[in-house]
Amino acid sequence: MNLVTISGPPSSGKTAVILKTAASLKDRGLKVGVVKFDCLHTDDDVLYAKAGIPVQKGLSGAMCPDHYFVSNIEEVVQWGRAEGFDLLISESAGLCNRCSPYVKEIKAICVIDNLSGVNTPKKIGPMLKSADIVAITKGDIVSQAEREVFASRVNMVNPKAIILHINGLTGQGSYELGTLLADNPREVETLVGEQLRFTMPSALCSYCLGETRIGESYQMGNVRKMNLEDNS
Amino acid sequence: MMSPEILGQRTIAEITGDYPFFSSFLKDNNLDVQGNETSSFSDFLSSLGEDFQEEKGIEPGQVMEQAASYIQQMLEFLGQEDQVRSLTILPGTDKSGTPEGFDRFTVRPGETVSIVGPTGSGKSSLLGDIEWVAQSDTPTGRQILINGEVPDTSWRFSTSKKLVAQLSQNMNFVMDLNVREFVSLHAESRLVANPEEVVERVIEAANDLAGEQFSPEAPITSLSGGQSRALMIADTAILSRSPIILIDEIENAGIDRKKALSLLLTEEKIVLMATHDPILALMADRRIVIGNGGIVRVTQTTDEERALLGTLEELDQTLLGYRSRLRAGESLAPPKNKGE
Repeated sequence: MNLVTISGPPSSGKTAVILKTAASLKDRGLKVGVVKFDCLHTDDDVLYAKAGIPVQKGLSGAMCPDHYFVSNIEEVVQWGRAEGFDLLISESAGLCNRCSPYVKEIKAICVIDNLSGVNTPKKIGPMLKSADIVAITKGDIVSQAEREVFASRVNMVNPKAIILHINGLTGQGSYELGTLLADNPREVETLVGEQLRFTMPSALCSYCLGETRIGESYQMGNVRKMNLEDNS
Repeated sequence: MMSPEILGQRTIAEITGDYPFFSSFLKDNNLDVQGNETSSFSDFLSSLGEDFQEEKGIEPGQVMEQAASYIQQMLEFLGQEDQVRSLTILPGTDKSGTPEGFDRFTVRPGETVSIVGPTGSGKSSLLGDIEWVAQSDTPTGRQILINGEVPDTSWRFSTSKKLVAQLSQNMNFVMDLNVREFVSLHAESRLVANPEEVVERVIEAANDLAGEQFSPEAPITSLSGGQSRALMIADTAILSRSPIILIDEIENAGIDRKKALSLLLTEEKIVLMATHDPILALMADRRIVIGNGGIVRVTQTTDEERALLGTLEELDQTLLGYRSRLRAGESLAPPKNKGE
């Protein structure tokens, strides 16, 4: 089974892109499944089921969603293999703009939209910078100039990535993304022993363990303090 | 790299169309092509006959090879290796698998083609094929050639070499910048050599197209629909590197469309225009008719049709006149004769 990971900021159009791309792959006779990782709530599984795409959803709740992802992906891969998928797409939202649930040697796609502002590419960490393919959405509602500026900013932070423009409403560009996903598939039997492309943010402090009170005496473990400059 | 075999398969007219300096190559090699412009280069060379070939010391294979390297050298010398001189669409099939109704469709910079057909008939997939430089690897099965050849895959993936720029009615400016800052930002991202000069040129051209003038200090989000479109067109014409511009239904209000079109054409763009406006369609040299996901046929704008242009423009002017009277707060009733 071939596996790809797709991530991107909330509401960037990941699900719309995946729905259109999966439809084009199904037309080519590929069996596609999706696993949706989210934080508190998602109805996207209903959208996938409606489109006839087998789907699993995982809500991380009080846990960091990307830590949750990496703790569950192997089991999901085994589910996908048991279902007999040709391609399993993992979808997850990059909630803190830093994380990237990308695994080495597994195709990684970042979905980002033109409306998010030209400085956004600079603000997003490994999720954008270490992606193999960057899919830029919502190009139909901004000007050509803004599309070009945005794409060049993406190119600046990730010069190696293939940049595609995709319209999640009409599907323009999704067939092409499908080609990129289906080309040179890597047969994945297990992810055990594989490595993440980038470390996840570290945190283990009293707040991770349920502390709610504010104040230095309640802060234990991995705590980082802001450097407040003296402006007086 | 140019392949001598592919060059040999193209017609002499096609090659000269793409590379004007090819005619001097022919002349310098004592090859008189008059009357043979529509035959392929290799057929022409073979047709010369052995006597002639021997007499002039010509061997077809060698000539084609020399021609290919001459063209390559000239392009390098002129710094035009990446320039798009022609875009060719080879037919695929429509949604039902029926072959499309044309043989080979070639369009060059400075030409306008209109695209007509109902919504959902396949305009976006045509555009998608061009943008992706399809090689019979999309649902339509079409193949796209650039300069008559299968293009390098960098046309698919490079951000600086995007084939198609799009302009449509639904597009908005979303950045919080004024006009000058905005155009400068675009110029900067394109790494142009003389940004200030180019920015002024874009703003001037945009004001020339817009019905109402705007200042370089105006926030782009405050521009009217017509002013926004004027700025988008001027900016795309002058600052976008994409050789092909797709215009999706540009509305008539607040912008001089004829001027807009001629601006794009003087900037050596290939203009594809999805429109159902008869005036715009008549300004195009050819028309692609789309239906059921495929190209039904390609037609030439006839003289008979063109004769209508005057009448249609008059109607258009009348309507525009009413519009500006309304804007100026005047009455729409015909002016009364004095003394009545």
